[in-house]
Amino acid sequence: MERGSSAEKDGVVVTVLDPKFKYEIATEPGGENIKYCFQCGTCTSGCPVAELDGKYNPRRIIRMAILGMRERVLSSDFIWLCSTCYTCYERCPQDVRITEVMNALKNMAVRAGYVHPAFRAQAELIAAHGRLYEVDEFTNEKRAELGLPTLPSGSPEVAEIYGMTGLASLLSGKGA
Amino acid sequence: MKYAIFLGCTVPVRNLSYELSARRAAACLGVEFVDIPEFSCCGYPTRSVHHETSLLLAARNLALAEERGLDICTLCSACTSVLTEASRKLATDEGLLEKVNRSLGAVGRRYLGKVRVKHLARVFYEDVGPDAIKNAVKRPLDAFRIASHYGCHYLKPSEIYDRFDHPEVPKSLDELVTATGAQAVDYATKKECCGGAILAVDEELALRMARAKLDDIKASGADAINLICPFCSVMYGANQRKIQTKYGAKYDLPIMYYPQVLGLALGIDAEELGLSQNPVKPRAILAKIS
Repeated sequence: MERGSSAEKDGVVVTVLDPKFKYEIATEPGGENIKYCFQCGTCTSGCPVAELDGKYNPRRIIRMAILGMRERVLSSDFIWLCSTCYTCYERCPQDVRITEVMNALKNMAVRAGYVHPAFRAQAELIAAHGRLYEVDEFTNEKRAELGLPTLPSGSPEVAEIYGMTGLASLLSGKGA
Repeated sequence: MKYAIFLGCTVPVRNLSYELSARRAAACLGVEFVDIPEFSCCGYPTRSVHHETSLLLAARNLALAEERGLDICTLCSACTSVLTEASRKLATDEGLLEKVNRSLGAVGRRYLGKVRVKHLARVFYEDVGPDAIKNAVKRPLDAFRIASHYGCHYLKPSEIYDRFDHPEVPKSLDELVTATGAQAVDYATKKECCGGAILAVDEELALRMARAKLDDIKASGADAINLICPFCSVMYGANQRKIQTKYGAKYDLPIMYYPQVLGLALGIDAEELGLSQNPVKPRAILAKIS
């Protein structure tokens, strides 16, 4: 059980838990089914990441989210460790759609200011080049040598989409 | 069989041999590809960060194919899942389609919800078929044992792929390998994830995931790993040496993209399939062929 920063003595402070957190997750795309979870642990038992490192444990993360441990869940690195392999999603007897719940949590974390640096870098590269990797002159020369069609080096439409959805300002820290 | 070929981010810059062999092998079997230069990133990498942006990137790519009246053939499994899911949602949810189109209108695009998406391997499996491949083989690869790595997003979530193959007991890649005359090798960790998606979050953990599988495939006696996703190739190909150094292992296990395996069987020259560009060169295999 989480302890609040304002805890007096060593008592468990229930008030820092946010009972509305689970409802919020359920309104997020992908998070709709979170409340179906009955903690059977099928997700964790089949998870290739949890098998190697206990710091990622989908059953536990979902339990924490349902309990309302908002800050602990959104600010932790563990939500970014989902390899999105969908094994848990396929096997979950309650159709919680855990892979999507993790995505919903990551989206909420970003809005709360906790974007993982690797994912921030990827999102910024796509805004700048329309792809994860810039198609530079060297690449196009190599492509042409192999008889492959050359590609444009950027996509103004992608940058426009970033502006439209608010992701550009989220990444620049100006808020959506 | 005509598709817009969707290259994604990694293939056209870092995995040219995959693209090269895909184009050559497909042409050989009557699959026609049309290039759409305006295609961008599929949207998968932004999914974790911003759902709406990801959906709009996917929808924009779908709209570009639709403008030309084409379905999409993908090379990367992550592109396959994000584009397939978007095409499914937008074909069945009119409200969502309308909302997406309000945004796409600002960049001069509109999507009607007509495009279907298929991974290259699924195109070979369903549109061409193992039997037609068998009949087209000019140089049966019967001296080889090949272990297929299915990866995750090619088959899962299974509901968006009409369960064309079983996510827990997959067989399509093995059948495609068998069609070339090669022996499809079974191994215990066949369905496990490569770890590519968390490489940038926890490199050590990702490498350990790939290592477990390399150990298993090596022990199975396979001559090569058959891959259909550029991210998996980063883990088993580009990072193989790093894993060997880090864990004191020795694999020297060539990776091959399925169209390279297929291309060799169809009699296409190894150089034209980009085999010399693969991160772990399949020298022993090529020596057995020539």
